[in-house]
Amino acid sequence: MGMTMTQKILAAHAGLDSVTAGQLIEAKLDLVLGNDITSPVAINELEKAGVNKIFDRERIALVMDHFTPNKDIKAAEQVKKVRTFARKYDVLNYFDVGQMGIEHALLPEQGLVGPGDCVIGADSHTCTYGALGAFSTGVGSTDMAAGMATGKTWFKVPSAIKFVLTGKPQGWVTGKDVILHIIGMIGVDGARYKSMEFTGDGVKHLSMDSRLCIANMAIEAGAKNGIFPVDEVTEEYCKGRFQRTPVVYTADEDAEYDETYTIDLSALRPTVAFPHLPENTRTVDEIGEKKVKIDQSVIGSCTNGRLEDLRAAAAILKGRKVAKDVRCIIFPGTQTIYLQAMKEGLLEIFIEAGAVVSTPTCGPCLGGHMGILAENEKAVSTTNRNFIGRMGHITSEIYLASPAVAAASAVTGYITDPDAL
Amino acid sequence: MQAQGRVHKYGDNVDTDVIIPARYLNTSSHAELAAHCMEDIDAGFVRNVKPGEIMVAGKNFGCGSSREHAPIAIKASGISCVIASTFARIFYRNALNIGLAILECDEASEDIKNGDEVKVDFDTGVITNLTTGKTYQAQPFPPFIQNIITSGGLMSSIKDRL
Repeated sequence: MGMTMTQKILAAHAGLDSVTAGQLIEAKLDLVLGNDITSPVAINELEKAGVNKIFDRERIALVMDHFTPNKDIKAAEQVKKVRTFARKYDVLNYFDVGQMGIEHALLPEQGLVGPGDCVIGADSHTCTYGALGAFSTGVGSTDMAAGMATGKTWFKVPSAIKFVLTGKPQGWVTGKDVILHIIGMIGVDGARYKSMEFTGDGVKHLSMDSRLCIANMAIEAGAKNGIFPVDEVTEEYCKGRFQRTPVVYTADEDAEYDETYTIDLSALRPTVAFPHLPENTRTVDEIGEKKVKIDQSVIGSCTNGRLEDLRAAAAILKGRKVAKDVRCIIFPGTQTIYLQAMKEGLLEIFIEAGAVVSTPTCGPCLGGHMGILAENEKAVSTTNRNFIGRMGHITSEIYLASPAVAAASAVTGYITDPDAL
Repeated sequence: MQAQGRVHKYGDNVDTDVIIPARYLNTSSHAELAAHCMEDIDAGFVRNVKPGEIMVAGKNFGCGSSREHAPIAIKASGISCVIASTFARIFYRNALNIGLAILECDEASEDIKNGDEVKVDFDTGVITNLTTGKTYQAQPFPPFIQNIITSGGLMSSIKDRL
């Protein structure tokens, strides 16, 4: 029986000729990731077990992105703990304020992950790197600790759902609309424990930034990972960037899938997930006359803080103003993206429109800092979760959307189809 | 290995943001995390929960973030076991890694009501609702998983072997 793309990567990292769904394997890891929230817990676990070594100083990445620049004393202490650990073990890829970006925007950009890799990260959105043709998945701090110590972890080999993408997205439709549409279709546990494998002629019309966004939100359907085939777009992205040699895996023709969905990208419309689950999706056309008034528009995050996203927001905000009663907060994913946005004049457009531009941080997405919602407030946000209380008060509401929709909504003050401006 | 206690019942898709809101993730202190467990969907939980009690929920329990702080908060609040129809995969792994007992059982998840007295036998996987007298069969843990839980988590169980 043939293997899926994910199964091939896992088999190779387990030193096996083949694997089947449900099999338990031990796999070698190309990279182990943690952030300022999850790493302190992992470091505690290592200390508790009396472990005083790491498997490879070059294959651990510690990114201080969640509550940084430090939001309070406790957050500062957590970062200090990780910084001390990184110095003690001479961890090469330790990213602190000044170099850090949002981890899942930063690692692909810095060439630390690439095609054929097997990666775990103590952050659920680690599944982002599937956009590059890697197997990557989120774990907790204990698995991160064991991974840092041994360079290995165990996996249950997942079965897969195949998404055949056809056609070319039209108008303002980007990766965010594609993944929201899919989650709306299969639900927040529709791919629980499984791989989401994206394939088909439509893939070539998706930029790397759109693919990263789609793979990023695979976890929002409960998936273990989301993965794209490696093509010219991937090769172009990795050129001069990926620090190791890419290894290209392709799914076998006779690979078995639990389900197959065909999605015509040309038929998709800008899509919004209503509170309080990412599966509560409606297209902008379905929202209709019933206006959803917003207090805040958030554009950025590991889901939508890349250049394509900022360019889309700028295209809409150029020459326009953020509505009087709306706070528009824009946070680029990394320092490099921030700098490029500055060179292209995007930051000027944002500031002239009345938006604020923040340093890269996960802050507002998880209700940490830099844009918390008050009682009964509503936000349109390009982030990934609209759970109860995620961005602030438990009565606040989050509407997930693309950067184009979030920018258009910032201008009008209610959730808006960018074409209606 | 057994657990017995009164049930705290929740619905589907209980996410890790409501189990422990991110605004409290600036600490890894188990006691501080436990003090805010479930507060965004059940403000009375921390005040009401007693050591050994049991949590029962619907499908996809623990979806969302990979924060290990979520099972840590539940365990440190005194809960001895979580029974759900299904668990989100990262939470499932994290719960076992930190030594929080969890069982998947559709029927028990549907039938058991808030406040029922429930007994769980981890060796056999039998769940007994002492309030109604009804029993349910869940998949029992193999010995190595029981060992992780009784040792207090994966790292402690490994340490015992070192």
